[in-house]
Amino acid sequence: MHAFANPARFLGIARPLTPWLGWGGAALIVGALVPGLTVTPPDAVQGESARIMYVHVPAAWLGMAGWGGILVASLVQLIWRHPLAGVAARAIAVPGAAFTAICLVTGSLWGRPTWGTWWEWDGRMTSMLVLLFLYFGYIALAAASDERASTSRVAAIFGVLGAINLPIIHYSVTWWNSLHQPQSIGLTSSSIDAALLWPLLVATAGFSLLFGAIVLMRMRAMIADIRVEARLRRMAEA
Amino acid sequence: MDPVPFIVAAYAVALLGSAGLALQSFSVMRIKERRAESVRTREDI
Repeated sequence: MHAFANPARFLGIARPLTPWLGWGGAALIVGALVPGLTVTPPDAVQGESARIMYVHVPAAWLGMAGWGGILVASLVQLIWRHPLAGVAARAIAVPGAAFTAICLVTGSLWGRPTWGTWWEWDGRMTSMLVLLFLYFGYIALAAASDERASTSRVAAIFGVLGAINLPIIHYSVTWWNSLHQPQSIGLTSSSIDAALLWPLLVATAGFSLLFGAIVLMRMRAMIADIRVEARLRRMAEA
Repeated sequence: MDPVPFIVAAYAVALLGSAGLALQSFSVMRIKERRAESVRTREDI
């Protein structure tokens, strides 16, 4: 892992990897959403509106996985003081917030025809909204910090503390009565029929690859900024 | 209640949101990497 913390080595991997992740993700998304809309049968209970899960579930997964990434990167930054980890955490924040917002909006659009309401202040929806506000807080902290963006310890500590919300989101449907359905997919089993499940898994993989490409592009932009800053400083001193 | 408009709206939000974010990230990356390259060239001169 330490070897990949070298920016030059990281860029050597990230440059060829970015288009593969981006185009691969786009292909998987199309390959999942088209049959998800046209081929798979409607859900036995929820009917056609269950097709929204092919965009809602990947967005929810990425909103949570994004903060998981911020947690890991923040710990690496705090323990080993790798500046690249701070760059990675900052690069995850905006796409993580965007997918959390997409999850909330698509969930609301799913809830209206299914439950008869756009919003309910129950455990799952409220904890996802809290996650969105945590992202906003992280973005603001990282931008406002006096320290250089890649070494902002305040943002890293916030990234670690904010992870407390992740198990709350995960177990919210178990701990509290909720309109939201209980967990449908486990590590080894699923209560979703295979005919409806496969596009969901492919869409989740596709959106995850696209998320990876977005994070790499944002990291490359930040590294380019840091390099410009360093070169301009050297040129001014010369 | 007809679910079709809700499905169309959900897919539009998800696809336009993720595609827009990808394009914005790509555009910013290209601009900043080109600027870094031009500054590196100037420093080398």
